Amino acid sequence: MFTLEKRPNPSRFWTVATPVLAVVLTMIAGGIMFAMLGKDPVAAIRTIFWDPLFDPQFASYSRPQLLVKAGPLILIAIGLSLGFRAGIWNIGAEGQYIMGAIFGAAVGLAFYPDEHWFILPLMVLAGAFGGWLWAMIPAILRTRFRTNEILVSLLLVYVAQSILSSMALGALRNPEGGGFPGSRNLSQYPAAANLELVAGTGMHWGVVAAFMAVIAAYVLLQRHILGFHIRLAGQAPRAARFAGVNPDRLVLLCFGVSGALAGLAGLFEVAGPAGQISIDFASGYGFTAIIVAFLGRLNPIGILLAGLLMALTYIGGELAQFMLGLPSAAIQAFQGMLLFFLLAVDLLTNYRIRWAFGRAAG
Amino acid sequence: MTFGGIDPALLIASLMVASVPIMLAAIGELVVEKAGVLNLGVEGMMIIGAVCGLAAAVQSGSPVVGFAAAAAGGAALALIFAFLTQTLLANQVATGLALTLFGLGLSSLIGQGFVGVKPPQTERLTFGPLTDLPFLGKVLFHHDPIVYLSIAIIAAVWAVLKYTRTGLILRAVGENHDAAHALGYKVQRVRLLAILFGGAMAGLGGAYISLIRVPQWTDGITSGAGWIALAIVVFASWKPWRVLLGAYLFGGITVLQLNLQAAGARIPVEYLSMSPYLITILVLVIMSANRGRGAIGAPASLGRNFHASR
Repeated sequence: MFTLEKRPNPSRFWTVATPVLAVVLTMIAGGIMFAMLGKDPVAAIRTIFWDPLFDPQFASYSRPQLLVKAGPLILIAIGLSLGFRAGIWNIGAEGQYIMGAIFGAAVGLAFYPDEHWFILPLMVLAGAFGGWLWAMIPAILRTRFRTNEILVSLLLVYVAQSILSSMALGALRNPEGGGFPGSRNLSQYPAAANLELVAGTGMHWGVVAAFMAVIAAYVLLQRHILGFHIRLAGQAPRAARFAGVNPDRLVLLCFGVSGALAGLAGLFEVAGPAGQISIDFASGYGFTAIIVAFLGRLNPIGILLAGLLMALTYIGGELAQFMLGLPSAAIQAFQGMLLFFLLAVDLLTNYRIRWAFGRAAG
Repeated sequence: MTFGGIDPALLIASLMVASVPIMLAAIGELVVEKAGVLNLGVEGMMIIGAVCGLAAAVQSGSPVVGFAAAAAGGAALALIFAFLTQTLLANQVATGLALTLFGLGLSSLIGQGFVGVKPPQTERLTFGPLTDLPFLGKVLFHHDPIVYLSIAIIAAVWAVLKYTRTGLILRAVGENHDAAHALGYKVQRVRLLAILFGGAMAGLGGAYISLIRVPQWTDGITSGAGWIALAIVVFASWKPWRVLLGAYLFGGITVLQLNLQAAGARIPVEYLSMSPYLITILVLVIMSANRGRGAIGAPASLGRNFHASR
């Protein structure tokens, strides 16, 4: 039918075009899925991708939400992309996100109800530390004992979720909450709150941190020897070893950075949009960020755009749930589909397709 | 005869039941990995199996139809994985993750109509006088058919891998795909079949949770069983009988912590429920630390895609 011919170098055109193609294909396949659920596919796609931005009725609410949702996704995905480039698979960002939130919130709650300028910065440090610490477990096990980091980091997500519910029910529970699970609301505690910086934009400190991470990652990968080592280790592990790259150091670094960034994302979420440590605090950002990282082709600028697009599907999904009664799980399946199509069309970047009609392939 | 309110016969019997889902998923993944493919989508295939099995069993009123549908559902999802990794040469780690993310979303979409619905009951087998034996009867001879089926599958996989030509080809493809290709074996076809088998097994394992263990539908019902199954394959050093051992070990821990929860132990519930995951990690560490250099038993081509350049 067809044969594949490896390109000497990845195609520049397709590197940029594949994510766009994948999004289009996902819209088509998603439309078919929505039609099978008995919804008008065109209306559903428009509600998800167009209305949150341009509909006069909803845009005023939805546009700020775009940054609120994109912030954590971008922050986590930037960290993950460094490891993914080097062939180091941290897929437990969800757990690091939860631990960052718990550490940060615990610091904030310890000071309640005092008002000091340094509380939020201290919480930021604690959040990053919590995520870093949680990521160090798989990293150290990997470097010391050669334990598979994929499995360990993922299994730790379930452990973190248990710790989260234990915290929401026990140590961090609001003493004035009437026995309900969940901590005090940090967004109502001025010294610890991560509030909107410019009214009506959704811009909070987490979004600022996400933009800073994008710039830092861009500079690191383009201009710094460390970024070169990361790219080299991913593309040619043997050559990297000859070039003096220490693989263990790289594992610790990539896990540390991605864990700290995921922890930061968790802290900014718990102190701002979510407001409190509760049993259902974990919202799957850590997993969606994996899709964001791939959709952005592991490139910082790409991740910025992919994070915004993914945030749009969240907001549009909520809108479609409200307007069309589209189940929220449909959006999750839709996001999963996007990753499928992305991986499928990625073939075009690295291979040339030769069609052989009627001839035996030689 | 009881210890602290826990009857050992019942404990062992429920251990065997608790270990079935992981055992089925792990033996499927073992075959996949023996063929040189790393499918991280076990969790996704399991949960799709769970929801398909429940839906089909409820609609048809027959658990047998449910299990068949679960195997088909798991294999269908595995087919996507096979197409992406074998035909389109996509990265296996990323594709496996995609399978899990997509499976979780799709399953809760399908499962919406089935929340709170009770599936038809699967009858337990009885073996006449054997079932009436004092201790052994309860432990060994009073289970549903899937318990026995799962052990039979382990035995079958072991025999096929060890004694048949099919098993030899499968291992050759997993150890050195270039050599297997040069010998004229269809690397991609062998791998496709292995992946489909793995998907069907994971689907069966998932359906066992939703049809027999729990039995009902809730979102995320497999709660990491697929990941534990992946860990068990490593624990088993890619040997079928050790999968049985590993699954019983983890079944035992799960049952024990559930029993401790029910008995009102002084350890908080959250710490008990995280114990299976922590112990899985611990076992992974011990296994990998003992190995010294390299992974003994791991197929040499594991996770590497094959592209016939000639």
